[in-house]
Amino acid sequence: MSEASGLGSSREVPRPAGPAPGTSRTDSPGVDDRGWTAAVRRRLDGRLPLEEVLPTRQPAFVGSWVYVFGVVTIAALVWVLVSGCVLAFMGSAWWHTSSLGHFFNSIHFWSVQMFFIFMVLHLWGQYWGAGWRDGRAKTWMVGVVLFLISIVTAFTGYLIQQNFDSQWIALNAKDAVNSTGLGGIFNVLNFGQMYGIHVMLFPIALTLLVVLHIVQVRSRGVVRPIGDPYVPDSGESVSTGGPR
Amino acid sequence: MNGPAPYLHWGFILISLPNLILIAVMVLLFVVALIAPFPHNRAKHRDDDDE
Repeated sequence: MSEASGLGSSREVPRPAGPAPGTSRTDSPGVDDRGWTAAVRRRLDGRLPLEEVLPTRQPAFVGSWVYVFGVVTIAALVWVLVSGCVLAFMGSAWWHTSSLGHFFNSIHFWSVQMFFIFMVLHLWGQYWGAGWRDGRAKTWMVGVVLFLISIVTAFTGYLIQQNFDSQWIALNAKDAVNSTGLGGIFNVLNFGQMYGIHVMLFPIALTLLVVLHIVQVRSRGVVRPIGDPYVPDSGESVSTGGPR
Repeated sequence: MNGPAPYLHWGFILISLPNLILIAVMVLLFVVALIAPFPHNRAKHRDDDDE
């Protein structure tokens, strides 16, 4: 039952202090605008307006195949995650013995190959284009962390294949990891630990960081080519400017 | 696929042939991406011209 039905007036429930319907709370003078929720809201309002998060236009310089590598990497990651969910649900006996299991195992393997190939191509594009310019250092660093997490995730994937290959890799990697001093907390011979890291911790971290990476790119816009005369002011985004 | 891959060895560089081919293909793909024309939305450009 809605308030329009008269329930509120019959019980004389005092209306909580706040803006009138249809107005923003922050627009009302005298409203307490402190606290972490208000701070997060102000930050999101300022940094992530929807017009920039979901733009319909991009600058003309984005019309290059080099800028496709990033989204192809994300497409490959989607295939990795989908095929990985199927493999985790069905189990190693299935992916080693049935033809459909082999198929999904192959999809998982080759989509990981595509993920790494296009991630490295994306990295080359951003490196040679100095993609960290104009306040995009954090975007670059999140990309670096993504690259490192991806390597460890792929490595743990090799370790949990449940075949002789994975045993051979684990036995050799044991010495390498021990030599770094991390063997006490990262035991490559511990299948349960490697399996949990591969199917749970790192994929979640990877997915969340990819979302953060995309939001960072959207909030700042695609970096302009080196030598472009236009220098944006601090805080100004160029992602929705359209062809210039 | 089950046999060991052939390896190429020049001085301190030691690389398997499949890895070398893959790196060469990636470099080629990167160069093509730089120089290949990107398809543009012609209808969109016509709209821009009208504005």
